[in-house]
Amino acid sequence: MLSALNAGARRPRWREPSILPGFAPAMGFTLLYVSLIVLIPLSALIARPWEHGWNGFWSTVSDPRVTAALRLSFGTALLAALLNLVMGAVVAWALVRYDFPGRRLADAAVDLPFALPTAVAGIALATIYAPSGWVGALATPLGVKIAYTPLGILIALVAVGLPFVVRSVQPVLQDFDAEVEEASLTLGARPWQSAFKVILPALAPALIGGFSLAFARAVGEYGSVIFIAGNMPMRSEIAPLLIVIKLDQFNYAGAASVGLAMLVLSFAVLIAINLVQLRLARRGLR
Amino acid sequence: MRGAVRPRGSAWLIVAAAVLWLAATILLPLVAVFAEAFRKGASAYFAAFTDPDALAAITLTLKVAAVAVPLNAVFGLAAAWVVTKFEFRGKALLLAVIDIPFSMSPVISGLVWVLLFGANGWFGPWLDSLGIRIIFNFTGIVLATILVTLPFVARELIPLMQAQGTDEECAAITLGAGGVTTFLRVTLPNIIWALLYGVLLCNARAMGEFGAVSVVSGHIRGLTDTMPLHVEVLYNDYDFVGAFAIATLLAGLALVTLALKTWLEWRFAGALAQGNSRLARNR
Repeated sequence: MLSALNAGARRPRWREPSILPGFAPAMGFTLLYVSLIVLIPLSALIARPWEHGWNGFWSTVSDPRVTAALRLSFGTALLAALLNLVMGAVVAWALVRYDFPGRRLADAAVDLPFALPTAVAGIALATIYAPSGWVGALATPLGVKIAYTPLGILIALVAVGLPFVVRSVQPVLQDFDAEVEEASLTLGARPWQSAFKVILPALAPALIGGFSLAFARAVGEYGSVIFIAGNMPMRSEIAPLLIVIKLDQFNYAGAASVGLAMLVLSFAVLIAINLVQLRLARRGLR
Repeated sequence: MRGAVRPRGSAWLIVAAAVLWLAATILLPLVAVFAEAFRKGASAYFAAFTDPDALAAITLTLKVAAVAVPLNAVFGLAAAWVVTKFEFRGKALLLAVIDIPFSMSPVISGLVWVLLFGANGWFGPWLDSLGIRIIFNFTGIVLATILVTLPFVARELIPLMQAQGTDEECAAITLGAGGVTTFLRVTLPNIIWALLYGVLLCNARAMGEFGAVSVVSGHIRGLTDTMPLHVEVLYNDYDFVGAFAIATLLAGLALVTLALKTWLEWRFAGALAQGNSRLARNR
């Protein structure tokens, strides 16, 4: 507080004095690096779609094939993140609360989707869920087709998104004050009441944080999806694939338009999720 | 904080649901990779590695990681030093920029390089006249890989160094140590395990990256196909044993990474925990 007052009284400067050395070279290198690797390339993405003006951009992104792909990518990503929200909470709960045989192995396995290359997951899932695969063969007699349909895409996205929710929720659940829960139980709450009315609200920000990470990852996911998706235009073609297709046709402006639309839409969704999180956090403070 | 208890009664349902879900979504694909690779026996499996294109893909992947990972490690150290040891305006913005690659589709991370250096890109024709080729070439693959894996080391170091503060470095400087000595003898020993951890994750992602690299590589067999891309090529050629054989190497890399990561977490729980619980919350 005091330092904030001091800072206000002083002539504003852009950095606080420090006796530590190395600010200038480290800052210079950092800025140069992020400019070359992130900012300049990203500016190309922002500048390129307007080659043929607003109409060029709009006619690209309002093309039925593109809107179908965007709807598919965002729809399946939201659905997958929602599934991961529920199952991630269950997995985190089991890992933190219960000491069962194989717990440490299960805990380590949660991170596998972070480490397993997406193409590997992709061909494995496509093989398992293909009509002749381990699971696909079981589903076919029931008249359910998994691989090469949006259902297959959903399964791939669920597989890559789970660790985000589990790893967000786990530390909060671990640090959750047992006394609060015990108090609710002592006051006559049933265990499920305590879980849903005492613990869940405390977990909500972490859950939503994990949800938004899983969603962000799923929207742009490519490697684990394209093998199982079937990639039929208007039906099972994801937005990132359309970028690849447009680049193959040397349609740079078109590819950049789809990329920019994806980026803007996903930032809009993430900001909306953040606002919900903020509101929940405020309610928690009251 | 509370200890874990033995599950009783209906709690077993939760444990069973969690374990089954993990088995179905995570373990099953892993098992499938090895089962498919050995479907036609061990000799077919090992024959897949005698293909010169496969060997070229393995070499290329190692080379790309050997360039991309050290660069991102140096960047991670510099960025973490600036962000955690100094107070300056725009820090939140810098942190947000470092995180951008995490929320970008890998395909977009490849696309941006094509927009800059491709045949119809901003600098493409000019570079072409100089005889420099970036897209469909090693350089492009490295650039795409660097972009995708840029945050890994920085994100691992920042929460830890934030928690450690500047007291020790200030003491060293006050006692007359130079900047380099302070960094090497005070800061580095404090963060070495987190650095290793970040490098490990960065490397796993760099070697396994598919979307970004597939956009810039051009899929020239034996020349610009990395291991994940070669897996795709073989799979699309219906050479399933070959595709899954290469995939076992990548899956093995993932398993080794996880094992090392788990070991690091277990061995240096104290040193990493400080940063990690904060990291998980910040993420």
